[in-house]
Amino acid sequence: MTETQAKPKFAMYWAASCGGCEIATLNTGEKILDVDANFEVVFWPVAMDAKYKDVEAMEDGSILLTLFNGAIRNDENEHIAHLLRRKSKILVAFGSCANEGCMPALANLSSVQDIIDTAFTTLTTDNPQGLRPQPEWEAPEGKLHIPTMYPFVRTLDQVVDVDYYMPGCPPESHQIAAVIDLVIQVLQGKAELPPKGSVIGAGDSTVCDECARKRDVKVIHEFKRIQHVILDPNICILEQGVLCSGPATRSGCKALCPAAGSPCIGCYGPAEGVIDYGSRLITAVGSVIGSNNPDEIERILDGIPDPVGSFYRFNLAGSLLQAAKPAWTVKG
Amino acid sequence: MHEKEHPNEKIGVYVCHCGSNIAGTVDVEDVAKWAAEQLKHRGVVIARDYKFMCSSLGQELIEKDIKELGLTRVVVAACSPHLHELTFRTACKNAGLNPYLCELVSIREQCSWVHTNRTAATEKSKAIIAGGVERVIWHEPLTPLKVPIHPATLVVGGGIAGIQAALEIADAGYPVYLVEREPSIGGHMAQFDKTFPTLDCSACILTPKMVLAGTHPNITLISWAEVTHVDGYVGNFQVTIKQKPRYVNTELCNGCGICQEKCPKKVIDDIFEAGLGNRKAVYTPFPQAVPRYPVIDRENCTYFQKGTCRACEKFCPTNAIDFTQKEELLQMDVGQIILATGYDLFDPRRIPQYGYGRLANVFTSLEFERLTNAAGPTGGKIVLRDGVTVPKTVGIVHCVGSRDKNYNNYCSSICCMQSLKFAHLAEERTGAEVYNFYIDMRTPAKSYDEFYQRVLEEGTHFIRGRVASISDAARNPGEEGKLIIQVEDTLIGKQRRIPVDMVILSAGLEPRRDHKETARLFGLSCSADGWLIERHPKLDPVATMTEGILIAGCVQGPKDIPASVVQGAAAAARVLGKIQQKEVTMEPIRATVDQDKCSGCRICNNLCPFNAILFHADRAVSEVNPALCQGCGTCVAACPAGAISGTGFSDQQVLSQIEGLLMLNVRQLEAVPA
Amino acid sequence: MTDTQNFEPVIIGFTCNWCSYRAADMAGTARIKYEPNVRLIRLMCSGRLDPTFVLKAFSGGADGVLVSGCHPGDCHYVEQNYKALRRFHLLRRVLVQMGIEPGRIKLLWASAAEGAILADEINKFVEQVRALGPLNWKPAQSIIEAQASVSFQEVPA
Repeated sequence: MTETQAKPKFAMYWAASCGGCEIATLNTGEKILDVDANFEVVFWPVAMDAKYKDVEAMEDGSILLTLFNGAIRNDENEHIAHLLRRKSKILVAFGSCANEGCMPALANLSSVQDIIDTAFTTLTTDNPQGLRPQPEWEAPEGKLHIPTMYPFVRTLDQVVDVDYYMPGCPPESHQIAAVIDLVIQVLQGKAELPPKGSVIGAGDSTVCDECARKRDVKVIHEFKRIQHVILDPNICILEQGVLCSGPATRSGCKALCPAAGSPCIGCYGPAEGVIDYGSRLITAVGSVIGSNNPDEIERILDGIPDPVGSFYRFNLAGSLLQAAKPAWTVKG
Repeated sequence: MHEKEHPNEKIGVYVCHCGSNIAGTVDVEDVAKWAAEQLKHRGVVIARDYKFMCSSLGQELIEKDIKELGLTRVVVAACSPHLHELTFRTACKNAGLNPYLCELVSIREQCSWVHTNRTAATEKSKAIIAGGVERVIWHEPLTPLKVPIHPATLVVGGGIAGIQAALEIADAGYPVYLVEREPSIGGHMAQFDKTFPTLDCSACILTPKMVLAGTHPNITLISWAEVTHVDGYVGNFQVTIKQKPRYVNTELCNGCGICQEKCPKKVIDDIFEAGLGNRKAVYTPFPQAVPRYPVIDRENCTYFQKGTCRACEKFCPTNAIDFTQKEELLQMDVGQIILATGYDLFDPRRIPQYGYGRLANVFTSLEFERLTNAAGPTGGKIVLRDGVTVPKTVGIVHCVGSRDKNYNNYCSSICCMQSLKFAHLAEERTGAEVYNFYIDMRTPAKSYDEFYQRVLEEGTHFIRGRVASISDAARNPGEEGKLIIQVEDTLIGKQRRIPVDMVILSAGLEPRRDHKETARLFGLSCSADGWLIERHPKLDPVATMTEGILIAGCVQGPKDIPASVVQGAAAAARVLGKIQQKEVTMEPIRATVDQDKCSGCRICNNLCPFNAILFHADRAVSEVNPALCQGCGTCVAACPAGAISGTGFSDQQVLSQIEGLLMLNVRQLEAVPA
Repeated sequence: MTDTQNFEPVIIGFTCNWCSYRAADMAGTARIKYEPNVRLIRLMCSGRLDPTFVLKAFSGGADGVLVSGCHPGDCHYVEQNYKALRRFHLLRRVLVQMGIEPGRIKLLWASAAEGAILADEINKFVEQVRALGPLNWKPAQSIIEAQASVSFQEVPA
């Protein structure tokens, strides 16, 4: 017991997420042993058994480092976010969901009612009685609640104060390893933490900086879907008419997707100083359309069937508009 | 968000009454009081209202507050920044505050002058000021760029405007390159016979200036040449000029003219003789040509087309003919450029009912000038197309292709005076009955109306009406063999048919056929009619929106010779003023690429019409050349990485202004999500 | 200004220094009257228009956005208004997907001499936005209302 008391406490939590961040963390291989060597892991639902009341019983600020991944979809997510904020010294928004909303935030294009109706009435859903989840249910032992879905998904820093941001879907394992190393160095007094509010585990530029493809000036006359084109592996993907979010996406991932023949879809979020990720793509892609004629421009734009999905795929909750009006308009 | 990061500034707000221009609609005292209270938390330490902020007392208010209160930012709510931005910037400068830390927001043109509801106008003024305050917090101290001016000037176009400009600059002691597309300078004025209203012989007043320009030690005359490329920016242009081959060695040629005499090939001269007369394949366009060196028209030269003849070479006493000459590209550095490329005549074939090109004796104004010119194809005799018959009746049609929604909506300015001149000359030389068909009589300048009265007294008939048609189809006795002008005489309210022997169409002035290419070459804009656009139609008619490039003469719009001369001189004065200052100051509104943030995606690379964005392939980053950058901000807006910032209109400044205009910084509404 | 009965829209307008801003000035000099709902921002060029500005305006409370610049072919910076045109078309599609009616954003070309035309277009646009009603972009409001029915107890601060 005395041994573990000397080690600083570590927690990792998943809110509305897929579990990929946990896998990426475990993917650091033996590096995870460094985590165990340097920290006492006190709360990590995927890896150990602990209850919320255990966390509530801890002293405020007693957890040195909490990596919080997942977006804020319902009141349980929010509750735990507030709880972990109180109990943690350093709270990191870990992964795209916590940073900008990621995939869960695409639900911000629909109302909760539409989402539930869709989920419970698809062709393959076996729901002959047309049931819908109820928020409460009287059990013999007492009333049961399920968490209340908020009208739209929010990012972690829209509910609590966040110390550091680590982007990525998931953050690349080599970046997670680097951050673990940094924190350990800080613990040993050999390094200093970056200023509060910094983005860590990522680069200073955008994905193009790490991409090996050859780039030229851009003029686009037609947008193509990736499945309709065999890409030249040596030339910039955007120049070949396939939407690539690389120019607007923060570097740090080693441009793995373009290297593998797939366009960047923007999981590392905006570059430093950018307040709305999607509008950077709207302006960049818009500016290089190869026409000045309104009708021709519209025809070329028909090649992007879902602009919000393409440009805000990972970043809708963290954008200026946050959610589409149908999602949050109170139905009369 | 950003509010937390930026330190608190000390802001002074000044609300101008502008007499009753603003105060009559906006409650300016309330606005000033409101600013002092509701924007205090944003840094406003003083808010005043005053009758005339632009007055010296008003400016002193600002200067005093800067010195005594230590103001770090100033917002003036008054008229348009296009009027007084400089005034208030200077006041700040005088008090020791960087002039770019001052923002002038308009609550007059944009508010008090366009709204009637006092409450709404006052509220809007408050929003405008809130926007200005929020924006000015993010202003940075800036220093204008100083760029050296190369003392040489390029004048494009050797007509009267270009010649005037070139002479004035050269007389002041500075070098000029005068480029002319035709073999000789002189322009349209060299084609005219007499000039209105004095009836001076055009060549007599023009050729002395041409000779001066051709011999001036400071003027390098480059004729039979065109500008093909322009690079650079004010003070520092690099120009490429294509010197077309004359096939005549100008070092050896003495202008004796024997080659022209001996050349067996006659060609219709479409340009100088307006198609009425001939020239030879080797030719100077007219006897007083400057320079005097002829050119060989390759398309019509027997040697070039068939390999035979070479008569000119045989007879040339100085061996100046050189068939091997090649086109040359000349590069020169100049500081400023004056464009004086003139006009083209409206083609009356576009009005088929006037019969030009179909009916032999319908002439254009330029053709008639050549007829009356003593050095012209008929030796100055006014005759019909058969070259012999003297007309007994002449009809002169005003406004051909001008003041006409179907062709050119504008007035060509000179046609009334020109038509009166034609009437006078026709009557004087042939004794013919002359009819002028006009819509209005435009004779505004010195001695113009007196000339009109003179022509009236000479017996010319004036019929007020736009000519409907000109035809040779006789209907009534007396019309056989004549051209019948059908017109409604609006003063008597009757249709009339006037049979004449000769019709002269005063065709309108149009921009040169290649005006779009010219505009693009020099980076200028044309109006919808095609004339080059001046910086301000009333106050700055010779400057353009591009620093360092000026316009003079008809390229800016139809005008007479005195006005062209004035514009040429004005452009020269402007050029000389800049040369004397040795350097020009450029507004520090520029884009800059943060090379650490730039990933070399190259999205910005072809968004700049001024070619100010360079790509460094070795480092894979883009860069903006601050001297070429005109500050439009397009690349700033387009950069997907947010790596390009722009001074003067930065993202922070505009976003903050939006917040202020929506009064978010006032009512402290729930914060906009980060 | 969100009372739907007496609703007066707030519109943010982006103008360019050389053409449309001067057109607005000209409307002022000629004392042409138009609706007071538009608050103008001067940019050097319509090409400076970053979609972020439009999103900021809507999310900040504007009911409509007007984007104006020089006529195509007459841009003071040669052709930058075409870039604004291209971005505008793409931005409008995004706005519609987010539930902002296309009638709330307008692209308008006006030369420095067209003060009367600008005033007229502003009046028409104000009327158009007035008919659409307030945009009231306040997603956070819906969260506050939903929090009233939460099942978890709040963690005391």
